[in-house]
Amino acid sequence: MNHSLVNWFKFASPASFYPLAGRLIPFFTAAAVLLLAAGLWLGLLVAPTDAQQGEGYRIIFVHVPASWMSMFIYCVMAFWAALGLSFNTRLSGMMTSALAPTGALFAFLSLWTGALWGKPMWGAWWVWDARLTSQLILFFLYLGFIALQAAIDDPRRADKAGAILALVGVVNVPIIYFSVQWWNTLHQGASVSMTKAPSMAHTMLLGMLLMALAFWAYTIAVALMRVRCIILERELTSEWVKKNAME
Amino acid sequence: MKPRHKRMILIVGALGVLGIATALVLNAFRSNLVFFYTPTQIANGEVPKNKAFRIGGLVKAGSLTRDGITAHFVVTDTAREVPVTYSGILPDLFKEGRGMVAQGKIGNDGQFVATEVLAKHDENYMPPEAKSAVDQAQQTARTLKP
Repeated sequence: MNHSLVNWFKFASPASFYPLAGRLIPFFTAAAVLLLAAGLWLGLLVAPTDAQQGEGYRIIFVHVPASWMSMFIYCVMAFWAALGLSFNTRLSGMMTSALAPTGALFAFLSLWTGALWGKPMWGAWWVWDARLTSQLILFFLYLGFIALQAAIDDPRRADKAGAILALVGVVNVPIIYFSVQWWNTLHQGASVSMTKAPSMAHTMLLGMLLMALAFWAYTIAVALMRVRCIILERELTSEWVKKNAME
Repeated sequence: MKPRHKRMILIVGALGVLGIATALVLNAFRSNLVFFYTPTQIANGEVPKNKAFRIGGLVKAGSLTRDGITAHFVVTDTAREVPVTYSGILPDLFKEGRGMVAQGKIGNDGQFVATEVLAKHDENYMPPEAKSAVDQAQQTARTLKP
């Protein structure tokens, strides 16, 4: 069955994933820094002023990529959770918990930049419309996941409980995404979507996509760093960690 | 069938059931999830009586008049119209022809008395030159029509 070039199951073991993660971190860190610099330069200095909102719209270069990332990270967590529950692999649970703080950070950034944007443009920091409320629920799901994992001492049981929460919460992600289509909301519709041409000027769009890529690279780098810490913490008594420590 | 396949099917099944349950709940709460009502919905009597609600639509071009700090304007969804009065500061993006959402009550005279007015903008972002080009093209298209 397993004739592919890379034996993926090999990397399901923390002992072989640990050095791989270590090799990948510098690459993704460098990519994050470069993409962030390019994205901010394009977004803040090159992109034209918006006809409706003037300079104030530039918060979009943080707000939209952060919101995308917060939804995407939750989907990735749910993927690892499902994998962990069905294959009983230790690394899956570690990946899920390594991603949660970054997801929470992006959900918070999305809400915070949204409030800062809403006050001057809409005239309100916060309204209880479907988009804003479902995004707030996503933020609480991240916090709930972190709290639940921290509350259970046995890491394997904590992983199982967290995985169920991650899987249940994933129904919220399509609700966030489609809320602006399904219901009347104060939040405007999507500027960039799979089904239609983006309704933005090219430089604005490019700046936003660069920022999204920068956030991707940052997330991967940080999650790998965190998963290395988690691996060491949990495998402290195993032979390979002891051997590593000796070297 | 291996146990891991069983678990996988169980997870997919549980997610499917959960998804359907959520869809049903959201469908049941549909009317409560609406942030604002359109003038057409108000004309059709879909709005709760004697209760504060939100109205959303475009500010009709040429309808905005100011009387001290009280603003009078007409909200339209291009089919129906509702006159609105509001005393207070309007947000910067509030302009004729643009979107807005107002909270308040509708009086017996059909006037909507707003306690809060928010501006609603669209998802289009473009530089001012592109905007004026689009406006000009629309103007030309309008004058070309018989």
